[in-house]
Amino acid sequence: MRHILSLLVENEAGALSRISGLFSARGFNIESLSVAPTEDPTVSRMTLVTSGSDAIIEQITKHLNKLVDVIKVVDLNESEHIERELMLVKVRAVDSSREELMRLSDIFRGRIVDVDENSYTIEITGSGDKLDAFLKAVAPEYILETVRTGVSGIARGDKAIRV
Amino acid sequence: MGKTKPILRGAEIFVRALKDEGVEHVFGYPGGAVLHIYDELYKQTEVEHILVRHEQGATHAADGYARATGRPGVVLVTSGPGITNAITGIATAYMDSIPLVVFSGQVATSYIGNDAFQEVDAIGISRPCVKHNFLVSDVKDLAGVIKKAFYVACSGRPGPVLVDIPKDVTANTCEYHYPDTVDMRSYRPTVKGHPGQIKRAIRLMLQARKPMIYTGGGVVLSDASAELIEFTRLLGFPITNTLMGLGAYPATDRQFIGMLGMHGTYEANMGMHQCDTLIAVGARFDDRVTGDLEKFCPHAKIIQIDVDPSSIAKNVPVDVPIVGDVKHVLAEVNDGLRSIGERPDIDDWWRQIKSWQSMDCLRFDRNSSLIKPQRVIELLYELTGGDAYVSSDVGQHQMWAAQFYKFDKPRRWLNSGGLGTMGFGLPAAMGAKIAHPDETVLCITGEASLVMCIQELSTCLQYQTPIKIINLNNRYMGMVRQWQEFFYEKRYSHSYMDALPDFVKLAESFGHVGMCIEKAADVEPALKEALAMKDRLVLMDFITDQTENVYPMIAAGKGQHEMHLAPGSEERELA
Repeated sequence: MRHILSLLVENEAGALSRISGLFSARGFNIESLSVAPTEDPTVSRMTLVTSGSDAIIEQITKHLNKLVDVIKVVDLNESEHIERELMLVKVRAVDSSREELMRLSDIFRGRIVDVDENSYTIEITGSGDKLDAFLKAVAPEYILETVRTGVSGIARGDKAIRV
Repeated sequence: MGKTKPILRGAEIFVRALKDEGVEHVFGYPGGAVLHIYDELYKQTEVEHILVRHEQGATHAADGYARATGRPGVVLVTSGPGITNAITGIATAYMDSIPLVVFSGQVATSYIGNDAFQEVDAIGISRPCVKHNFLVSDVKDLAGVIKKAFYVACSGRPGPVLVDIPKDVTANTCEYHYPDTVDMRSYRPTVKGHPGQIKRAIRLMLQARKPMIYTGGGVVLSDASAELIEFTRLLGFPITNTLMGLGAYPATDRQFIGMLGMHGTYEANMGMHQCDTLIAVGARFDDRVTGDLEKFCPHAKIIQIDVDPSSIAKNVPVDVPIVGDVKHVLAEVNDGLRSIGERPDIDDWWRQIKSWQSMDCLRFDRNSSLIKPQRVIELLYELTGGDAYVSSDVGQHQMWAAQFYKFDKPRRWLNSGGLGTMGFGLPAAMGAKIAHPDETVLCITGEASLVMCIQELSTCLQYQTPIKIINLNNRYMGMVRQWQEFFYEKRYSHSYMDALPDFVKLAESFGHVGMCIEKAADVEPALKEALAMKDRLVLMDFITDQTENVYPMIAAGKGQHEMHLAPGSEERELA
């Protein structure tokens, strides 16, 4: 099953490689991983999407916790949560397809952030499924390039993951 | 006005920090990146530096030192090949959770990443086999990092920690202050067990009819022998130890039923297979213990006590997990058991175990004119009163040492259980002897393992470490040969050693005593003679029976009850 893990880690050189090294050394799978410093610059927040049986997820969580640079690990699947991903898509937009692509972008609440005579760059956020659905809706021959941030996740309500 | 703190160079800070940490011995080898540090070592006498002959020897020696004392082993090597040579020893310590602090020199910070002379990414190379590592990029961090390194190495589940120090950091100056304590928000190992879980565990223990206590290296590491002995006696249960756990419970005690696992005793493995309650203490359900996981302890409720949560339920689902330091948790369990004051009636179970014991699974031919390796170890045990520090290498001799030297005390048995590193024995024995100069230290080895770190004979001469090397020489990589005999239709592919040295001359050329023993009748007098030479290193080359195999044996992928037994074994009914 797919799980979203939220991590607080020391914002130190090497922390990321310890985490990615753990996954490759133990044969765990990483679907996506996004990381950036928090409001406290000594701490980074990481959202890691992985999959596996309950036993494997338990091992992943325990091994992450064991890393000396990791301050906290929370499995967001254990409660209600929100996940968002940001995607930038460059599409070929010429002639009649310009109108159609703009409409499609609106339907998915995307924003066109760059335009030239041959292309649009569309910014779109949402769950991974929504981004997949958008890519499906645009015919493949129009897609020039896509870039996705990977999932960021946060729990609903006033529960907060803090140091 | 507070006391002014001295301004010191990095190299001075390094040596001062070791002194403040109470380090007495450093095992190392100099080189360009650590020359400032070596210059400081030269100017003082409190920290003794042991010059090894190869960096692998340094890590194994420090490892043997740590296993034999419980104090962290300290290693100092240079950049590049210095640290790459040390990696095997670091990985060995990592697999067995041995506290080491390894300092490696690094090229100057301005050169890092430029493929400088003797540059290697020590942090990257060591990452998968250290508990943690640090690159010190500013001299101001040096003392604090050293303090943290020792703290991380020794606390929680111990392990090796690497500190990589660029050369310019050892030349730069700053105020020296060695912290008294460490507080790391991201590293706070659990010590005490959960009281509710402890109660649940006690309830389960008291319901047991066919219990087994299965303990590992964690009991040794947490110095919990006294607590384990009390626990086992309070319950009256049978106890088995893993290879790493030998000595934590006295092997001569009547409740001890031998080592378990691939080469464990018949009674221990059958007991595991049939038990209804398994109490695992500081043991990690290694594949050499469990055999086929599908067939592992099929009837048992399992209680597992371990300081490392990731060890719990890693291979085998557990009914009552208890995370905490084994020593603390056992003490609390003992309090609970004492206040309840009951123990279950397991007389039938003991009768069953005794009938398994009647199999005499460690039998071997005592009338052979060839030297039987088992007999050499039995005699060693008798002649040293079971009180020696014994290191081993890896292979058949290691298993025989584990089976036939009855360890009654912890920290006496030094072997590479997890990584299985050939070449470990000689330097580890040297490290133990440096820690305990007045104790008898033996290295039980084989001719294939011994030559892997043979250069340390030279270190042994320089530092007067008169260990006794028992070379069980069967002219084969014995364990490889055994597997080839059993599983590869006797195709002995590259397991025969064709061009062995004359070990007597070899010992003599290093300035030691060499002895060659070829007849069974000569074994005992030769051992007596060697053990009497208190101040000389003696290398004893025993020409042993080439065909001897280690029994019992659970083949890889088999269940615990599916053992190969020594020819002629049978279970006898007790009257």
